[in-house]
Amino acid sequence: MSDTLLEIDRLSVDYETARGDLRALRDISFDVRKGEIVGIVGESGCGKSTLISSILRLTAPNTRFRQGEVRFKGEDLLQLPERRMRALRGADISIVFQDPMQTHNPVLSIGQQMLDIQHRSKASRAEKRARAAQMLGAVGIPDPEARLDQFPHEFSGGMRQRIAIAMALMSEPDLLIADEPTTALDATLEVQIIERLQELQREFNCAILFISHHLGVIAELCDRVVVMYAGAVVESGDVREIFHDPKHPYTRRLIDCDPGHIKERARVLPTIPGEVPDLANLPGGCIFRDRCNQAMPRCAAEVPPLTQLKNGHHAACWLNHKEAAE
Amino acid sequence: MSLLDVKDLRTSYGQVNVLAGVSFTVEPGETYALVGESGSGKTTVIRAIAGLAPAQEGSVKFEGREIRGASEREMRPLRKDIAMMFQDPVGSLSPRLTIRSLITEPYRIQGMKDRDLDAEAKRLLEMVNLPAHFADRYPYQLSGGQARRVGVARALALEPKLILADEPTAGLDVSVQGELLNLMNDLRERLGLAMVIITHNLNVVRHVADRMGIMYLGRLVEEGTTEAIFKHPRHPYTRCLLSANPEPDPDARLERIALKGEPPSLLRRPKGCEFRERCPFAQEVCSQTPQWEIENGHGLRCLAPLG
Repeated sequence: MSDTLLEIDRLSVDYETARGDLRALRDISFDVRKGEIVGIVGESGCGKSTLISSILRLTAPNTRFRQGEVRFKGEDLLQLPERRMRALRGADISIVFQDPMQTHNPVLSIGQQMLDIQHRSKASRAEKRARAAQMLGAVGIPDPEARLDQFPHEFSGGMRQRIAIAMALMSEPDLLIADEPTTALDATLEVQIIERLQELQREFNCAILFISHHLGVIAELCDRVVVMYAGAVVESGDVREIFHDPKHPYTRRLIDCDPGHIKERARVLPTIPGEVPDLANLPGGCIFRDRCNQAMPRCAAEVPPLTQLKNGHHAACWLNHKEAAE
Repeated sequence: MSLLDVKDLRTSYGQVNVLAGVSFTVEPGETYALVGESGSGKTTVIRAIAGLAPAQEGSVKFEGREIRGASEREMRPLRKDIAMMFQDPVGSLSPRLTIRSLITEPYRIQGMKDRDLDAEAKRLLEMVNLPAHFADRYPYQLSGGQARRVGVARALALEPKLILADEPTAGLDVSVQGELLNLMNDLRERLGLAMVIITHNLNVVRHVADRMGIMYLGRLVEEGTTEAIFKHPRHPYTRCLLSANPEPDPDARLERIALKGEPPSLLRRPKGCEFRERCPFAQEVCSQTPQWEIENGHGLRCLAPLG
C-alpha cells in the first residue's frame, strides 16, 4: 500500500434547505500522507466544517453526499456500516475541537473522562489511570497524577485545550483532525499549542489535518496547505510554494490581507471587497470571479479545473493556462 | 486637560483583586490600545470606565469630571459622549429588533424625540458602508463583519467623543478585518474620535493605535508609543508577547522567547516582580517589587529591563 492515509476524491456535499440545495462542497480532492501535517485555510463559509463532519460522517440530517469518496487507508468511509465507523472514530481518527471550554464534561473529573475514553482497552483500571497521567504529562500539565482528580473548571483555557489534545492522542490515532484548536486562545498560548503539536506529531508519528484561518499558524506548522473558497479547493501545494509563489488570486490576496507581514503602520489595510457567492444559487464560471481583479471573459463562461502546475502544486485559475491568458 | 484620565483604578471581586492600580490617559482624537493575555484585566478596565463594572478605588476623569462610582442617572447623559463596542458582534444585538431599531435606540434612550429615525438610520448605515435596505434586516441575517459594522454605527449614533472597543476584530476573517480597521481609522480622522481598543492581536494594534499599554495581572507593566514599543520593547513580558506572533511566512525564523507556564492565580500573587516566575530574563534583583517609572514618556515596571 502507498503512504497515502486519507484521500478525498471529488467529494461533493449538499445541504437540502427550504431555499433549495446548498452546494456546500464541490469536487473536493486532496490527500494526506502518513505522518504529514496538512493545513486547510479558508474564511467563514468556505466549507471547512462540512469537510470535517463529512470525513467523520457526523453530518446533519439534511446532508446529501452527491458524489465522491473519502478513502481512509484505501477504504471508502462513506460506504462503511455505522458500526465500523464508530470503531474508527476516536481510535484511528480523532479530533480536537475549537472551543476548549466546551469540550469536556463539566461534572466528571478529567481523570474519569480519560478513563472512559479507554473503554476499548482491556487494561486494568490502575493501568488506564497511569496511561492517562502519562498523557497529561506528555502535553505539559504539571503534577499530572494529582490533577487527574480535578474538574474541567479548575483548568485554564490553554490547559483544557492541551488536555483535549492528550485525550485525542491517547488511542495513538493515525489521523488527528484539529479544527481551529488555537482560535480561542491568546497568542502566547497559541504558540505553546503549536509547538506541543509539532513535538507530539514527531513522537506519535500521526498525520494531522489542521484547520485554521490564521495564516501565520499554518505557515509555521504545516507541510502542505489546501486553500478553500466557497466550497471548493482553489489551490493546494507545499507550504513554501503556497506562501512564496501563490498561483490563485484568492490565495495571493488572502496573504496580502494578513496584517502580520505589514511592518509599518498602514493608513489603509488591504482587503478583498465583495462577498462570498450564495451557495444555493451559484453563479456560472469561476466562483471567485466577482471579487477578482484579474478576471477575464473566460472566467464567466467556464469553471477553471484544479490543474497540476508543477510537482504537487495545484490551482484552479484560468490565468495559469497559457492559451487563456492571451 | 486629557479627555480621559484614569488614575490608580482598583477593582476587587471579593478576595480577587482584578485591577491592582491602573493609570493611563487618552487625549482627544487619540487611539490607545490595551494589550495583554486573557485574565490580565483589560475588559474590566473599560467596563469600569463605562460604569458597567465596579471600581472600589482610584479615579476616572472624563473631561476633568470624576465619573467613577457615578449613579446610572448621572452616567446616562455621559453615555452620549462615551460609547461602547462589545466583543461579541451578534450577541450584542437584540435578535428581536431590526437593524433600524438597533442603531436608533440610543436616540430613544436619550429622549431625542425630534430626530427623524429613518433618516438617521440611513445616514448611519451609509457611514459604515452598509446598504440602506439593511435597516429592515434582523441580526441573524448579517454576517459577522456586517454585525460589527452595525455595532460601529450604533456606537457612532450620538456622536461620541470616546469609543471603548472590546476586541473589535475578534472572530473576523482577515479580509474583513482590514475593512473594519480601515473604517475605524477613517471615522476617527473624520470625526476626531478618541478610542480605547482592547485586543490581544498585536498585528492589529500596530495599524490602529497611537499609544499602547501592556497589562499583566491587573497592572500596566509597560506603556509608550506604538512605534517605540514595537521597535524597542523594554519589559520582558512585552518582548515575549511580540515574539509569540506567528508570521505568515514559512521561512520566517522568529527569535521566539518562550514564556514559561501560564499567568499565576490572582489569589496567590507572586512576591516581588509578579512576572518573575515566567520571565526568561529574571535576575536576583527581581525578588524586590518594581515601581512604575516613566522616562521620556515611556512607562515601565521592571527592575531588569531589556536594553
